[in-house]
Amino acid sequence: MKLPDLDYCAPASLEEVVALLSANADAKIISGGQSLMPVLAFRLNAPSVLVDLGRLQGLDRIEIGADHVRLGARVRWIDIERHPALRTAQPLLVAMIDHVAHTQVRNRGTVGGSLAHADPASEMPGFARLVDAVIEVFGESGPRELSAEDFFLGPLETVLEPTDVLTGVRLPAWPAGRRWGFQEVARRRGDFAMAGVAVCFDDGTDGAVHDMRAVAIGAGSTPVRLSGVEAFLEGRVLTAELAEAAGATAGQEVSPMVEDAGEADYRRALVMTLTARTLKQAAGLEQE
Amino acid sequence: MTIVKPVSGPVVGQPIERLEDLRLLRGEGRYVDDIHLEGMLHGAVLRSPMAHGRILSVDATEARAMPGVHAVITAADLPGHDHPDGVPTIPIRLFPNPGMDPFRQPVLAAERVRYVGEPVAFVVADSPELAEDALDLIALDIEPLPAAVTSENRGEGQPALYEGQPSNRVWGYNAKLGDVEAAFNGAPYTRRERFYVHRHTGITMETRGVLSQWDPVAGTMTSWGAAKVPFQNRKMLAQLLGLDLEKVQMIEGDAGGSFGVRGEFFPEDFLVPFCARMLNRPVKWIEDRREHLLAISHARDVHCDIEIACERDGTIRGMRVRADVNIGAYIRTSTTITPRNVSMFVPGPYRIPNFASDVAMVVSNKSPTGTYRGPGRFESDFFRERLFDLVAGDLGIDRVEFRRHNLLRSDELPHPLPSTAPDPHDSELDSGDYGHMLDLCLAKFGWDEKKRLSGKRIDGRYHGIAVGCFIEGGAAGPAENVRMVLEDDGKVSVYTGSSAVGQGVKTILTQIAADAMELPMERLQLFHGSTTYVKEGFGSFHSRSTVMAGNAALIAASELRSQILAAASELMQAPVEQLRYEAGTVCSEAGATMELTALAGRGIAYEATFRNSKHTYTNGAHAVHIAVDAETGKIEIVDYVGIEDVGRKINPLTLHGQAVGSIVQGLGGALLEHFVYDGEGQMLSGTLADYLVPLATDFPNIRSQAVELHPSPFHPLGAKGAGEGGTIPVGGMLGNALADALADFGVQPRDLPLSPARVWHMVQQGRASAGRAGEG
Ligand SMILES: Cc1cc2nc3c(=O)[nH]c(=O)nc-3n(C[C@H](O)[C@H](O)[C@H](O)COP(=O)(O)OP(=O)(O)OC[C@H]3O[C@@H](n4cnc5c(N)ncnc54)[C@H](O)[C@@H]3O)c2cc1C
Repeated sequence: MKLPDLDYCAPASLEEVVALLSANADAKIISGGQSLMPVLAFRLNAPSVLVDLGRLQGLDRIEIGADHVRLGARVRWIDIERHPALRTAQPLLVAMIDHVAHTQVRNRGTVGGSLAHADPASEMPGFARLVDAVIEVFGESGPRELSAEDFFLGPLETVLEPTDVLTGVRLPAWPAGRRWGFQEVARRRGDFAMAGVAVCFDDGTDGAVHDMRAVAIGAGSTPVRLSGVEAFLEGRVLTAELAEAAGATAGQEVSPMVEDAGEADYRRALVMTLTARTLKQAAGLEQE
Repeated sequence: MTIVKPVSGPVVGQPIERLEDLRLLRGEGRYVDDIHLEGMLHGAVLRSPMAHGRILSVDATEARAMPGVHAVITAADLPGHDHPDGVPTIPIRLFPNPGMDPFRQPVLAAERVRYVGEPVAFVVADSPELAEDALDLIALDIEPLPAAVTSENRGEGQPALYEGQPSNRVWGYNAKLGDVEAAFNGAPYTRRERFYVHRHTGITMETRGVLSQWDPVAGTMTSWGAAKVPFQNRKMLAQLLGLDLEKVQMIEGDAGGSFGVRGEFFPEDFLVPFCARMLNRPVKWIEDRREHLLAISHARDVHCDIEIACERDGTIRGMRVRADVNIGAYIRTSTTITPRNVSMFVPGPYRIPNFASDVAMVVSNKSPTGTYRGPGRFESDFFRERLFDLVAGDLGIDRVEFRRHNLLRSDELPHPLPSTAPDPHDSELDSGDYGHMLDLCLAKFGWDEKKRLSGKRIDGRYHGIAVGCFIEGGAAGPAENVRMVLEDDGKVSVYTGSSAVGQGVKTILTQIAADAMELPMERLQLFHGSTTYVKEGFGSFHSRSTVMAGNAALIAASELRSQILAAASELMQAPVEQLRYEAGTVCSEAGATMELTALAGRGIAYEATFRNSKHTYTNGAHAVHIAVDAETGKIEIVDYVGIEDVGRKINPLTLHGQAVGSIVQGLGGALLEHFVYDGEGQMLSGTLADYLVPLATDFPNIRSQAVELHPSPFHPLGAKGAGEGGTIPVGGMLGNALADALADFGVQPRDLPLSPARVWHMVQQGRASAGRAGEG
């Protein structure tokens, strides 16, 4: 568990980062290091150069605008937790990020690192999928934008090129009065979730659910939008019975990536239970 | 608990803050990795990636040629590799028997590897990083053999680990009390169950480490990093290196935990000093966490087939136990203890007049096992207490009444424990009022009010409660030494052979010595663990140090006081009979006084040995209240109460810390911690993200109380060993509370751990069979 022999640099501009990544095929970006350092210590990867983003200006900013919230790639979990306005501007984001890891890891782990690492059980990628976030990237041909929908390819796999730097993520403004629910089950507080479900919708004047969205984490090779649940509930008045029925639908939309069949059944059942529970939570229905 | 500052007068019994803490909290601790010697090199271990295989070749040519590498040793470089006896093997410390010799672990695998993580080669290089780089350059060719993973059915049907051995059941213990056949013949009620306690162990925050230095002129070896049993390890090392005992010293620094696992003699305890002598350079090896999870002693992993015979009124007639302990690939220093304890301790504090056990030690292609907090006792209590709740249910007897009815009464003590063969070590339950402890526990827990919650669903969660009784063995002999020296400045130095592994031994022994010398604690200085301090020492295990070193301190103090009076008598020119020792001052009948500083340079010192073959038995009861989410399988501890009678509380504060920590560790074992192996013998829980130890947030609701109602009748101090008791009952408590909570589903846990997925599956099975019953 000792790091392999490698070089380290901390450039001050995005162009330099990209140049270093282009010049060294097996170079790796390091942000908070909370996922990368264990990978290096276990010698699962031995890059020749580590390119630290720590000296880049402005990547750690949180901007709250009229039509979106922008999180720089180096915004840390602790920054989200402590931000005075974010809890109102993006309540579900903050609620989900509250479940990420433990204090030591939260002091270092970053939004960009989490999106780029793409662990299917992670909260940040799940949230990005749920709200159709826009992911900002700087690469060999300059800046570009990617949709969260296209971003995640599989466990620890994204569309990012080896020479790309993820610079930030734009979250559409959270409509006033939008209802949401989030719950996850982890073995211990702060552990990666065995499964988690986030839902949100807007209340129509007709009392029905509009812009219904649901996502499951830890239940597939990437965060999974539960489109069956969304279609099933869209335009209907949410009741406890409907929430239960939606849970059953959710179970058919996920295929947990665990070898043991019993464990997979369990995780699927968790998604069903959590879907029903988060829907009730969002609608303010009694949890029975 | 309120902390009182040291007061004048006796300090034994006072909740004194640990003397150890300030230094450790300030970062002034000195752990083995904090020690840096001039010219020091670093080691790394090449471990078998395969659970079972024949070693065809280990080619270190390229690694040896790597710049910065000083040596690579394989079995072929060890003494004895060309003898029929083979390379050196790790001695068995506890209950050795020549019949076990074929199963001892070679310090480096020579012909076969038998578990993932078994040391195959050792590299010494300029830095730990280079040493690890060099491991990749060693070409290891192993022909795979099928792996034996389980011990169920005594490992029958499993691939054989040792050639020429008829089965993997290589050793075993039997115990007997009364006539169990007669008890079962014609019994009005019997029940037979199979239970399993899974593999887990103690995870020390500081991993193991060894630093060794060879002095070629003096011909001496000094090793840092000793913990738990430095004196025994010194003997083993001296023998393996072919050195006289006096030429080997073990130095104990601070140790970040032992829990019984750390501080035994492991292969690295030989490899590091061996290379230090070979290279004539200091060599350090610090275990990393991934190695630790494979290389530390594992524990538990016991299948049990248990049968009970009772009268209709619940009176137990007898019990039969057949258990298979999966001991891993080799018999190491303390491997014998779990099977021995399972063979003896299933009856616990209860009256089981007829008892027979047959416990097999089954080898497998998993890491070797050793003692871990409550060895064999955690398992035994799970088997017994689970069975009791099932039996009470069958007989329609309240589970509290069933226990009360069968607990040994005070007037039945001392009570012999079943005697184990081979190598018997007879022991008897010493003293106590077990029924009273049960009552105290029920009262503190509020059993009568909480009983109403049993099996109820409240806010979506099912509530369950459980209660059970336990004993904890302590004070293992044969002896312990304490040397006291009156220093010129009037202070008293206290040297002991007991080890400090985080249990507060320094505080406890200082308190005992201070009272015995009638001195304030500031006037005592305690030194422990290192083999340079006393002639002989026995270390810290089996909840022994307080009792053994504590009594040795009493003897040493009494002798020191006699010497002080004798010396003062000369100086004060007064007969000894006319002198009194009082709080550090010698007073004569004539009214003259003399301070201890006046006795400087008189060589006043004494090394006392306290010998004891009788164990102490702390005893008590635990109760738990849980809430279970049947849909997610998550268990929350709503309340946990542990009550114990420790005979005499030396320091209520450190005792409380031991008790709560011990319960938490038990909860970790019952709910979280699990070494999972696949069918090929690969360990799947190889990081602390997979092997889950309790975090500070997991179990906040633990209450523990110690009483001192029945001091040990066997020694002057009266204290009974404590520190493991908290762990022992926890598995049984959780299993019973879960059955109570999920009674609607007919859930009856028979295996640990109670992970959320397992609990959920049990609920599904319960639902399915309820559904079938409904249809039928
Ligand atoms: C004990 C523990 C518990 C944890 N629990 C959780 C949890 O419950 N939920 C959760 O979501 N996470 C959890 N994590 C992971 C943690 O949140 C990580 O911090 C996060 O996933 C990665 O962020 P980082 O900044 O540390 O990235 P790093 O470790 O620095 O990098 C991770 C990967 O992303 C790449 N990368 C980083 N930044 C960029 C960038 N800007 N552009 C392109 N590539 C980049 C790196 O090259 C690397 O491959 C846990 C981690 C630990 C150690």
